[in-house]
Amino acid sequence: METEGNRYNMFSRRSAMLLGGKFSLFALLAGRMYYLQVIESDQYLMLAEENRISLRLLPPSRGRVIDRFGVELANNRQNYRVVLVPEQTQSVEGTLSSLERILNIDDRQRRRILREVGRKRAFVPITVSENLSWEEFARVNIHTPDLPGILPDVGETRFYPFGPAFAHVVGYVGAVNEAEINDDPMLQLPGFRIGKTGIEHVFEKELRGVAGNSRIEVNAVGRAVRELNRQDGQAGEDIELTLDAEIQNFATKRLGNESGAVVVMDIFSGDILTMCSTPAYDPNGFNIGLSTKDWEGLLNNPKTPLINKTISGQYPPGSTFKLAVALAALESGVVTADHTVTCRGKIRLGRHDFHCWKRYGHGKMDMINAISHSCDIYFYDIARKTGIEKIGEYARKLGLGSPLGLTLPAEKSGLIPTPAWKMAVQGVRWQTGETLISGIGQGFVLSTPLQLAVMTARVSNGGFAVRPRLTRKTDAPEKLNLEDIPMAEEPAYLGISDSSLAVVREGMNRVSNHKRGTAYASRIRQKGMQMAGKTGTAQVRRISRAERLDRVRKNEEKDWIKRDHGLFVAYAPVDAPQYAISVLIEHGGSGSRVAAPIARDIMHETQKLDPSHRSRGSLETTSDNPANV
Amino acid sequence: MSDLSLRDGKMPLTQKLLELNWLLVLVLCIVASIGFAMLYSGSNGNLDPWASRQMIRFGVGLGAMFMIALIDIRIWLQFAYPIYIIALVLLASVEFVGTVGMGAQRWVDLGIFQLQPSEVMKIALVLALARYFHARNLEDTHSIRGLLLPVLMVLVPAGLVLKQPDLGTTLLLVMGSAMIFFCAGVRMRVFVVSLAAGLGSIPIGWQFLHEYQKERVLVFLNPESDPLGSGYHIMQSKIAFGSGGVFGKGYMQGTQSHLNFLPEMQTDFIFTMLAEETGLVGGAVLLFLYAVIIAYGMGIGIQSRHHFGRLVALGIISTFSLYVIINIAMVMGLLPVVGIPLPLVSYGGTAMMTLMIGFGLILSVYIHRELVIPKRFSGFD
Repeated sequence: METEGNRYNMFSRRSAMLLGGKFSLFALLAGRMYYLQVIESDQYLMLAEENRISLRLLPPSRGRVIDRFGVELANNRQNYRVVLVPEQTQSVEGTLSSLERILNIDDRQRRRILREVGRKRAFVPITVSENLSWEEFARVNIHTPDLPGILPDVGETRFYPFGPAFAHVVGYVGAVNEAEINDDPMLQLPGFRIGKTGIEHVFEKELRGVAGNSRIEVNAVGRAVRELNRQDGQAGEDIELTLDAEIQNFATKRLGNESGAVVVMDIFSGDILTMCSTPAYDPNGFNIGLSTKDWEGLLNNPKTPLINKTISGQYPPGSTFKLAVALAALESGVVTADHTVTCRGKIRLGRHDFHCWKRYGHGKMDMINAISHSCDIYFYDIARKTGIEKIGEYARKLGLGSPLGLTLPAEKSGLIPTPAWKMAVQGVRWQTGETLISGIGQGFVLSTPLQLAVMTARVSNGGFAVRPRLTRKTDAPEKLNLEDIPMAEEPAYLGISDSSLAVVREGMNRVSNHKRGTAYASRIRQKGMQMAGKTGTAQVRRISRAERLDRVRKNEEKDWIKRDHGLFVAYAPVDAPQYAISVLIEHGGSGSRVAAPIARDIMHETQKLDPSHRSRGSLETTSDNPANV
Repeated sequence: MSDLSLRDGKMPLTQKLLELNWLLVLVLCIVASIGFAMLYSGSNGNLDPWASRQMIRFGVGLGAMFMIALIDIRIWLQFAYPIYIIALVLLASVEFVGTVGMGAQRWVDLGIFQLQPSEVMKIALVLALARYFHARNLEDTHSIRGLLLPVLMVLVPAGLVLKQPDLGTTLLLVMGSAMIFFCAGVRMRVFVVSLAAGLGSIPIGWQFLHEYQKERVLVFLNPESDPLGSGYHIMQSKIAFGSGGVFGKGYMQGTQSHLNFLPEMQTDFIFTMLAEETGLVGGAVLLFLYAVIIAYGMGIGIQSRHHFGRLVALGIISTFSLYVIINIAMVMGLLPVVGIPLPLVSYGGTAMMTLMIGFGLILSVYIHRELVIPKRFSGFD
């Protein structure tokens, strides 16, 4: 069979060729395997590791904010919350409906949850409700068998135990916004909170701590399979403030519904013992998230609850400024303490009358009397003799007119005017009349309640340039940009003579402790605790000529917004000064009537508690501790 | 091999069993067992859902293989055309009663079980072509007239499969047939001209491709262009391969496969899982075993005294080798993702059944290798 032989030969030849072709393809495959698994192996191994390992951040506990005795002003509380894992339920809607019978879930929340369910992977827990009460949390726990996909969970949340009392100093935390995101990946964690203002903001870095991390093996859709290893973070630092929570709480309560500010400080160390601004807001509300209505309520409140009046409120110091004017006059040598002026209720300068607060005058006044009676005519006189430049120089020495470098945002500088300043800002020459009204702390002069407390401290501590401080941490965070403010470690001597200071202090002593002193009614009677003060009443609005001819309206007759600010500054005890206070009541009327009684009560309380002479741990021995009553 | 009974096919059953190529059966079992092991690993150390069912299928397939092997090869020669016609009818009926699976009509429901006519056609076409060339002289394969019918026998089913649409199977049918043509002795220049024509028609054929098919080809050409989309499969497969290294990450330790980065690891990408867990060594061993099977298949073809048996063995082993080469080239990123499983190892019932029937035929060729079958065979005496 010739043809069969041909066919067979052809088949054998071609088969061998085909087999050769197949085997060369196999060789190609083997070569490719060698290339991938030997030559390129390292690169692919790295890619495989990148695929499977995911770093999860473990946020550290935020540092606490505590007062000088360790009382917590801001801490972390367990946050009872309920999360939903969509893949564990057949119907998210159904589970939410069942949950609604146990918890209150409003429409807005519901929409947000459903939106997140749509956006995230089915195994990612979604927060349903946070900050539940223990009862609510327990109720959910009992019902979990009937709530597929619902997991009760405990997290950490910021808590401010005293609510509004420390809001302006401590500040609050809130959700991170777009602008605050930087290279710290912690900020991108869902639910992470960042300090928005106050100490929480200034010491954000210290309080935040360092995040730990956990290396997790994940599968292709990102679900965690197991933890490979874990590196614990470092909890945030505690920030200890100089405040005394007890005095601050007392002061807050004492201010009540007034719109006001109180600063109490140690005149030697500069420790701020109380920094209180009312009304305030509840920082816990900010942490949880305020409703638009509540936020607008805070924003539009005429009593400005969002503003820390102790450092951001600028007010005419009124008669409290006379302390600075008196010192300027004495120190520059234009008058002595014996200089007398006869007050007849008004003096004339050019075509203008300048009035004393006492319509028919004080009669013959020397400096000490002028301080204790707060005679305006006397101070018009010495202000004119001293001149605005000298007054300004001493006012600045006492701490007015520039920020004091407290570790808080938004500290205002106040204003100590000079002719040059007026020319620069208004383009008009300085008028002598403006020197006169500056002499009684009106006109352009502005100060913050903190500055007035510092002024009082510097008068009472013998002329040392004490600086206020809220924390003993010396390194001021750079974000405040305080470089231009000289921060003296040790108070520097101001160069004001003891004799001049003694005159002013005697005047202040009489204000409170002399029968005819403007604050005699608000003196502290307890021996060894008497204070020496100075009243001030700052006009919000100029008294018109017509009104003066008719009758000067009493504050009670005016609209709240037009009433005078009442001020009072004091130090105590008279014989061995330790503490200084400044009280401001916005639109409260006269300083002697409204501010002095509040100052008296707070000063009395401060001396009883005597925080400067008490060490940490002796807190329990205080008889006035509310816990013991 | 001078035994007369071998020449006239009148062998008792025990002799047939003795004549069975047991070495080939052993290699097939080893390769299938590698598949079981990989499926066991793929389901994280569970027999369910894949390994146990695959074992049952292989067992059934093994039974079918033996049965077919023992049937006289002349029966297959006799019924080659009827089988082909039935397969063609089934394939055409897919157009009308087919079930849509994976976006293409490929299945036909026969009540008891679902049948994939294109799988039947893979065998039927080999039988039909083998029968055709068995009855022809070498000279017939050199004339256009002699090639007209076999070319039509290939193009009609290929067209139907392409219309399903199933590009992968179409190419397999055409390429498998081409190898039969090649070994039947069709002149080289015919292949050269056909190849040129085929390449020339690519731009035209491109228009008829489905969107997902075009995408697969484009992504294959540049997989990094879309690492999270269509290129994802190829990228992840290459990562799994490369990260396996020489000795692999260890059995059941493959991160890419066990963390689901690898798509379809129990079917098309099972070789990738093997390479990740057992490394270059494991991959090379499997590749070697496949080479052994192919060499055996080709050897059986050459040993056959009758042209029908030669072409059947060659046709089936060629289709088998195409599966192996295309699948492995695909998972290593050398070819576009076409959805062709790795024979004997990938999870899947239909492909396993087709393969075992095919090996049954090869074994039958081996048992009946000494038979003398006349060209004009039209049935038993």
